[in-house]
Amino acid sequence: MTRHQKEIIIKNVFFVFSLISIFILGLIVVFLFREGIPLFREVSLRDFIFGMEWYPTYSPPSYGIWPLIVGSLIVTIFSSLIAVPLGVLSAVYISEIAPPAMKEVLKAIIELLAGLPSVVLGFFGMVIIAPWLQETFDLPTGLNIVNASVILAIMAVPTISSISEDALYAVPNEFKEASYALGATKFETIARIIIPAALSGISTAIILGMARAIGETMVVLMVAGGAAAIPESIFDSVRPMPASIAAEMGEAPFRSGHYHALFATGIVLFLMTLAFNLIADYISQKFKEVGSATL
Amino acid sequence: MLRFMKVIIVGLLCLLVAAPAALAGDNVVIKGSTTVLPIAQAASEAYMKLYKGVNISLSGGGSGDGIKALVDKSTDIANSSREMKKQETDLAKSKGVNPMAHVVAIDAIVPIVNPKNKVKDLSTDQLSQIYQGKITNWKEVGGENLAIVVISRDSSSGTYESWGHLVLNGAKVTPKAQLQASNGAIVQAISKNRYAIGYIGIGYLNKSVKAVTVNGIQASAKTALSKEYPVARPLYMYTDGAPKGDTEGFIKFLLSKKGQDIVKKEGFVPIK
Repeated sequence: MTRHQKEIIIKNVFFVFSLISIFILGLIVVFLFREGIPLFREVSLRDFIFGMEWYPTYSPPSYGIWPLIVGSLIVTIFSSLIAVPLGVLSAVYISEIAPPAMKEVLKAIIELLAGLPSVVLGFFGMVIIAPWLQETFDLPTGLNIVNASVILAIMAVPTISSISEDALYAVPNEFKEASYALGATKFETIARIIIPAALSGISTAIILGMARAIGETMVVLMVAGGAAAIPESIFDSVRPMPASIAAEMGEAPFRSGHYHALFATGIVLFLMTLAFNLIADYISQKFKEVGSATL
Repeated sequence: MLRFMKVIIVGLLCLLVAAPAALAGDNVVIKGSTTVLPIAQAASEAYMKLYKGVNISLSGGGSGDGIKALVDKSTDIANSSREMKKQETDLAKSKGVNPMAHVVAIDAIVPIVNPKNKVKDLSTDQLSQIYQGKITNWKEVGGENLAIVVISRDSSSGTYESWGHLVLNGAKVTPKAQLQASNGAIVQAISKNRYAIGYIGIGYLNKSVKAVTVNGIQASAKTALSKEYPVARPLYMYTDGAPKGDTEGFIKFLLSKKGQDIVKKEGFVPIK
């Protein structure tokens, strides 16, 4: 066997493996749509997306997921409000300010945070944060938007921080040197040069962090409370889409309207995360720095 | 070399595509109520372990679907959380099916509150109003001036269905009700929250929560059996005429001491 033949074999093996992952993803998407689409024989797309009532087991059933969509969006937005400053600023600190020893420790801890199972975080939210929130603010329930947002933020911080850090790290040294040469302070250099230069990478990090939050299931199932109503305050319970799917799928009769409605909810969720990923991709392409600053 | 590659590709594709098809025929087919499903599931697992070679095929679908399947003769046992309706019996008879009811367990659901809550008793009407979101403060039912946090089950669960049937008479649970996905999660949530009310299968009661009496009657195996306790109902398995063969064996097993222990373990009241 010549080296050339070996080369071809290796190339083909890798090709097959990449093909398999695409094939599996394709099958999942096909299955998702095949099980979700039949719902629209029973209800219109409009009544499904904008319907206010989710009573899938009554007769006649109502399959409106608007409160679920709102729940998903609200916890995602609030968790980003917490996670974005934390993630981006910790990335700035790690990549630009921290001394090397500190840097190693912080990076290890953030990676550890990324490895925490969501059920552990959910349990933490349920037995520690919920009673604390309830007593401190004298609320009827501690399982609410705030609790879910805090836990989701903890999950999104590692994603945002590590991707932002890579982006900051990729800013060429000449930029910093030029800035210092002009007499700028360290803060001015970070705020006016480094962060703007890494902005496309940071935006990608934020959007991927949000995508992580919107798709997260276990946490929202455990700590968001699960009320399928439009919330009136940030201390109200909500039921994001993944929580509804996870709670009800187990016992929804096979190929019933309820079953199809849960898959259709999955399609909505899939399209949302897909949109997040496309936006992230678009931003990193569009605002790509040229020249030596290419990220 | 190319042949070698082809073998790899074909092999991988086969692994992906070919699902191992179960070719053996089913000895017993069970279909119906999701409330009865956990009992049927645990019992059939135990039964298949005991009698190797017996194959029990189990599916949910709700009481109505189970009964429909029995009438169509596509199932041996129809699980039902209610008695058969007259139309169903008539339809069965017209198709030459003679449904026979076997009560296999009693389903008793207990409303629970936090031990700090002073409310001891609620009427079924009060419970219904609370779950419809019409009563929203504990002081309206003799408690402190606190908002009521209604905790309910996911709408697929059998407990949710029974509660909706026996307490709410089919009225809709308020959309503001919180959702917990299991009996255990409800106990956990109630034990941490003095505003909350929830409901669980009687088997899940423990000291971290307080059971509320309904219409003055305490839920117990005894009051559930005597039908004094209002939020209880018998669970049925229907067969076409007297059961035969493995179907008979399975039902006998479920009604035996061992079977009724399973019933108890799944959180229901045994019938004996």
